[in-house]
Amino acid sequence: MAATSQPRFAALSGVGLVAAAKEAGLAAFIALVLAITVIGMRTVDQQGGLGIEFRPTVVGIAVGLVFVGRFLLVLWRQRARPLDRGARERVMDRIGAEVLHYSKYAGISLFALAVAVPIIWSGNRYVVDVATLVLTYIMLGWGLNIVVGLAGLLDLGYVAFYAVGAYSYALIALHFDLSFWACLPLAGLFAASFGVLLGFPVLRLRGDYLAIVTLGFGEIIRVILLNWYSFTRGPDGLSGIPRPSFFGFEFTRRPAEGETAFHQLFGWDYSSMHRIIFLYYLILVLALITNFFTLRIRKLPVGRAWEALREDEIACRSLGINPTNTKLTAFAIGAMFGGFAGSFFATRQGFISPESFTFVESAVILAIVVLGGMGSQIGVVLAAVVLIGGTELFRELSEYRMLAFGGLMVAIMVWRPRGLLAHREPTLLLGRTTAAGGGGGP
Amino acid sequence: MEYFVQQLINGLTLGAIYGLIAIGYTMVYGIIGMINFAHGDVFMIGAFVALISFLVLGIAGVTWLPLALLLVLLIAMFVTSAYGWAVERLAYRPLRGSFRLAPLISAIGMSIFLQNYVQIAQGARVKPLPPLIQGGFTFMEHGSFTVSLSYMQIIIVVLTLALMTAFSLLIARTALGRAQRACEQDRTMAALLGINVDRTISLTFVMGAALAAVAGMMFLLYYGVIDFFIGFLAGIKAFTAAVLGGIGSLPGAMLGGLLIGLIETFWSAYFTIEYKDVAAFSILVLVLIFRPSGLLGRPEVEKV
Repeated sequence: MAATSQPRFAALSGVGLVAAAKEAGLAAFIALVLAITVIGMRTVDQQGGLGIEFRPTVVGIAVGLVFVGRFLLVLWRQRARPLDRGARERVMDRIGAEVLHYSKYAGISLFALAVAVPIIWSGNRYVVDVATLVLTYIMLGWGLNIVVGLAGLLDLGYVAFYAVGAYSYALIALHFDLSFWACLPLAGLFAASFGVLLGFPVLRLRGDYLAIVTLGFGEIIRVILLNWYSFTRGPDGLSGIPRPSFFGFEFTRRPAEGETAFHQLFGWDYSSMHRIIFLYYLILVLALITNFFTLRIRKLPVGRAWEALREDEIACRSLGINPTNTKLTAFAIGAMFGGFAGSFFATRQGFISPESFTFVESAVILAIVVLGGMGSQIGVVLAAVVLIGGTELFRELSEYRMLAFGGLMVAIMVWRPRGLLAHREPTLLLGRTTAAGGGGGP
Repeated sequence: MEYFVQQLINGLTLGAIYGLIAIGYTMVYGIIGMINFAHGDVFMIGAFVALISFLVLGIAGVTWLPLALLLVLLIAMFVTSAYGWAVERLAYRPLRGSFRLAPLISAIGMSIFLQNYVQIAQGARVKPLPPLIQGGFTFMEHGSFTVSLSYMQIIIVVLTLALMTAFSLLIARTALGRAQRACEQDRTMAALLGINVDRTISLTFVMGAALAAVAGMMFLLYYGVIDFFIGFLAGIKAFTAAVLGGIGSLPGAMLGGLLIGLIETFWSAYFTIEYKDVAAFSILVLVLIFRPSGLLGRPEVEKV
């Protein structure tokens, strides 16, 4: 609404206030229409059916908030001439580039912090548990980032590979009595082959169709896990999944005859924290492997082909890149890391059931990638810390957690569609080396 | 035979509901080329608004059933349309011309938002509504098994047919329908010729939401129980229907809806009820792989 001929900071004028009030009034009226039934009349269980509880104050608060919010937004837009999309993107790209520049140091300090967490809080199981959870999501985010961020394939069924990894680890470990270290690569291999199996027929599809099909596959796998009782024990889940050992040394107070337990190896007293801390370092190492792998593979021809394919598929084809094979490698590698994370999840929990692998889980992982900035490794870390760690902090508000997730996804897309720290740097520069930022898109 | 006829009736009823939701997907896809992932949740909101309206009308003392049904229908369509409009305005309009996956991610966010919004506002428990329209015809008695056709099923099929006819006429005959078809073919050209493209797209969302509200109300009356999560599965199946019929094609959406309804019903009746969702998802995957343009759609040409 703001006229572009106005100076950047116009004085508050009466006309502007009235116009803002009018727009806010309109928004408030629409909010009233939306809120009056769904928020204002709550269905409650009563004797003999449902009753209605009227909540006019809640509606009033909601409508008032919308009015004030819209009023301030319109005023702000009148006073400070809003940047157009291009300018905003350029500013944010510059910030992204700065962050990337400093992320070398930030990465090292974050790594140091990550290593130090269990040493600082060695007595506090809760902190280490939350940190482990955050790291699991960081690893999943990095894995999905290969598929979504680098190759530009929107995968809404990533949790399927997480589930395949978890179940293959659990089933192999339970039936064949193999150790964690033997099962882990097998689980990754299974997940990767599932990636190829699912990816092969569908990767010819266009972006949004691909997204829906991957969502369908994710749900199919969950329904099969739920109903194939003889194999997966259905909704009861698999329990008694073997815990990992420290290269053969178990974390038990009293090891079996003739074996050495972890604490005896070092001559320490037994503590239940040993296993927790070991699991923490395990996921830290796994996540770092994912990160390292991604950083390196971006420099390889296949990694460059992914990013090229993301930008322009037709141009890639005309340059002789086989799109299906290239996408398939991204899909399989992303799936493999999902599978690793899945086996870690299984061994940490000791119990898995299809409950843990719903679409919401896929959406959370996707939200982490999208919010952090597609293709940005440090962005995934920040998003996972904020989204997973943040929700742990506000435990009592947990029912608003997914609401905030959804709202944030919309807001970020509207405000900055490629994610907060998205930064597309040419991986290869010819001649001049100054054009680091920008990129911009079609 | 009797069992077959009964399943046919049930499948057609279910298919009518899917078809109404599928129209919302297919119209939006036709006009702006995006999958409105939140459409299933708009359907869910329609069902909730219908439930709330029934309860409030009951308190207000409107007990004459036809009047109550009509009022509920109108309220649900109005409020749900407002939701459809608001979703488009907030989550999709700012993204026109953005990169291709942005609207879909925004739509997923919107879907999660709406689900949790209803869950917080209305509670997570399932909401039952006692059956309002009971009775029906029974025929083809064979031993102990009779085929029954309830009044509810007749109402659903008749209402769907009426809405479909009205809707096809709207698209084919009115100025709004012409504007929609023009925007579908070439948005820039339509804008040059004086069509308000933003308004036309908004109205498309409003109409889709209104039909979803009807579907939501019928779902509520037919099954008698709803919760905040019904939009997810119903949305995916309706989307499958739209793809199966050929996305962008109105008769295709209806045909696809009926086929999905029939396939799901027969699958549950003759194979296993546990895997009925797998059947719907598999159809989606197979259609997209082997015939992405669907049964009645035109193949899409990739432009450079």
